[in-house]
Amino acid sequence: MFRFLPLILANLRRRKLRTMFTLASICVAFLLYGLLAAVKNGFEAGVELAGADRLVTIHKVSLVQPLPKSYYARIAAVPGVSLVTHSTWFGGKYQDERNVLQVYPVEPESYLAMYPEYLMPKAERDRWLQDRSGLLVGRGIANSLGWKVGDRVPVKSDIWPHGGSYTWEFVVDGIFDNRDPSGDTSLMLAHYDYFDEGRDFGKGYVGWYIMRISDTNRTAEIAAAIDAQFANSPAETKTGTEKAFVQGFAKQTGDVGAIVTSIGIAVFFTMLLVSGNTMAQAVRERTNELAVMKTLGFSDGRVLALVLAESLLITLVGGALGTLGAMFVVTRTGAALGTYLTSFILTGKALALAVVLMVLLGLVSGVLPAARASRLRIAEALRR
Amino acid sequence: MMKVIVQTLAVTEMNLRALRSRVPSSLVSIIGIAGVVMIFVGVLSISEGFRRTLELAGSDGVAVVLRGGASSEMASYFSPEQVQIIQQAPGAARDASGPIASAELFTTVDQTKRSTGTAANAPLRGIELAGVRTREHFELLEGRMFVPGKNEVIVGRGSALTLSGLDIGSAVKWGNNTWRVVGRFADGGSVSESEIWTDARVLQSAYSLGGAFQTVRVRLESPATFEQFKDRLTSDPRLNVSVLTEHQFYAEQSSTLTTIVRTAGTVLGLLMGIGAVFGALNTMYSAVAARSAEIATLRALGFGSVPVLVSVMAEALLLGLIGGAAGAAIAYFGFDGLQTSTLNFSSFSQVSFAFAVSPALIITAIVYALLLGLTGGLLPAIAAVKQPIVTGLRAV
Repeated sequence: MFRFLPLILANLRRRKLRTMFTLASICVAFLLYGLLAAVKNGFEAGVELAGADRLVTIHKVSLVQPLPKSYYARIAAVPGVSLVTHSTWFGGKYQDERNVLQVYPVEPESYLAMYPEYLMPKAERDRWLQDRSGLLVGRGIANSLGWKVGDRVPVKSDIWPHGGSYTWEFVVDGIFDNRDPSGDTSLMLAHYDYFDEGRDFGKGYVGWYIMRISDTNRTAEIAAAIDAQFANSPAETKTGTEKAFVQGFAKQTGDVGAIVTSIGIAVFFTMLLVSGNTMAQAVRERTNELAVMKTLGFSDGRVLALVLAESLLITLVGGALGTLGAMFVVTRTGAALGTYLTSFILTGKALALAVVLMVLLGLVSGVLPAARASRLRIAEALRR
Repeated sequence: MMKVIVQTLAVTEMNLRALRSRVPSSLVSIIGIAGVVMIFVGVLSISEGFRRTLELAGSDGVAVVLRGGASSEMASYFSPEQVQIIQQAPGAARDASGPIASAELFTTVDQTKRSTGTAANAPLRGIELAGVRTREHFELLEGRMFVPGKNEVIVGRGSALTLSGLDIGSAVKWGNNTWRVVGRFADGGSVSESEIWTDARVLQSAYSLGGAFQTVRVRLESPATFEQFKDRLTSDPRLNVSVLTEHQFYAEQSSTLTTIVRTAGTVLGLLMGIGAVFGALNTMYSAVAARSAEIATLRALGFGSVPVLVSVMAEALLLGLIGGAAGAAIAYFGFDGLQTSTLNFSSFSQVSFAFAVSPALIITAIVYALLLGLTGGLLPAIAAVKQPIVTGLRAV
């Protein structure tokens, strides 16, 4: 087959401008595909990474309602629960209203035990555990804000004043990575004790509890046992898997996945038309030549393969360029977008799908012209 | 000069008539441009709809008072004494029973979203009865107002549409409390329509929220008294408040989301536009190639280069116009008025809104489509003119 590569290339060079434009439009299509796939991943990664052995307990009325801190011991005593920790929504803005942060005051030791996927040097970990006003910052958000270990940062809370002021002083004690590269590193962890003593109201309450369970087959049973503890109390609870929790929350934004997919289909369909049209034109122009090749003994199958190879080459080269461009953009801007979109990255799965799409686009846009070329009757074609 | 115009008209007319013979490849360009315009308009209509809901509904004759430094309602907090001081400030409109003002608080409750079947944060707002008079467009569509002191709620038109189980007469249970839905209201398409309202004091005791309020809404005597009202409150040593008009307040709440959606729509539209220009270039180049003999003949007969250039550009513009109009029409019929809801991060609750394909948006889109056509036509037009007459004639 490679023997015919020069022939295919020569055909593509026949109308350089047209080949270039087709390449460029396919390149743009795959650039868009890459960006859309990264956005989609940003919205959905949280769901896939949520631990199956982790449960979340929230107030039955709404996530916004706080739960008493006294629930901690009672949840820990429920059979099947091996570890408990809690977290609270702090919100946060840094300098500009547009720099939105996700700061969570947490119970430090148990929180890190709950999320072993957060990786950091031991020195930084120890420093944070001991420093009440310390902040442990995810790599993604630290990079985009330009924070370094040791920085003193004023963070404005959306909700919590302390001593009448909304601005809290923190020290960056450590920066953590996520073991999974598509994992979330856009959050920041603060000490709950420091936060709770400082805030003007709401003392003694936490946002939600997170539990690890010892047996994932008993999830429903354990969740029901936790909720039963607090039935008919002023703050009833609702417990579910972390996955369901993250998923439910993601769905509140709207079905971003479906929107992105439908935009992607529209783009793909448009590009299919453009490249299909180009291929059809290219074959129509060469009717004569193809007839000559057949006269020389090229079989129908070989002619079909040649035309298909030509359209595949265009889509593969254009698609590869576009995907590379998307990778470049994503790695460059991923950190800057970290405040809005966690894990704005191109996954291996998305890249594999890109290759499948390239091949598909090449085959579908080439198949009609190729079939026409292979069915060509020599005598008729030569007459034209 | 006259001759150029006459020639241009003649060649353009001839060219456009011959378009019929190039339908398939022209159609590709048209569909390409229509696709771009459709996506462009569709995405921007989200941001337009969201902005309309939050911003345009705001009035300058109503003041919203928040705690100083608080950027959203969730972060605001007032004691009953502070509320008293705010409501008595000069500049507020009054009637027989005192100032027309409402101390409010806000929480969210879990209610099932129709589209996904999963729980969503529905905003539950406690208001005073005067609260409906601080909203200029408030209108009870069905049922009756809640009775203060009772566990009764009225639901906004938007939340009734996007959330399930909120029909009039039905009972809903949030936590330990059961509420009865007694009415359904509209508020000129504003964000209030995404909310569920009840009596502020009932809400405080139902979810042990203490005696505190989050915001105070005050109807002003006129928009002109806003500055006076604001100065009086911000200079009061007993208070630390920020005072906004309802209009400013809503604009601030919507800015983050509209910025994100608008940026996304523009980037998407531009990138797709680049792709479509290449498609249009291909179409126009092949159109010129197909007509090379014709163009050469015209030139040999003495037609100038300007008429030929213009005729090619006119064809490209026409393709752009048809594509743009088709795309905008699809977006208009497909998206305009489509009701949806999303999470508003500044209040951490659902806000329902409708996609809005505004006339300004349609005009922008068609101008953009023409620009795409122009860009796609320019190079081929120049190529058509530059082509040596002899080469063109040889193709005959």
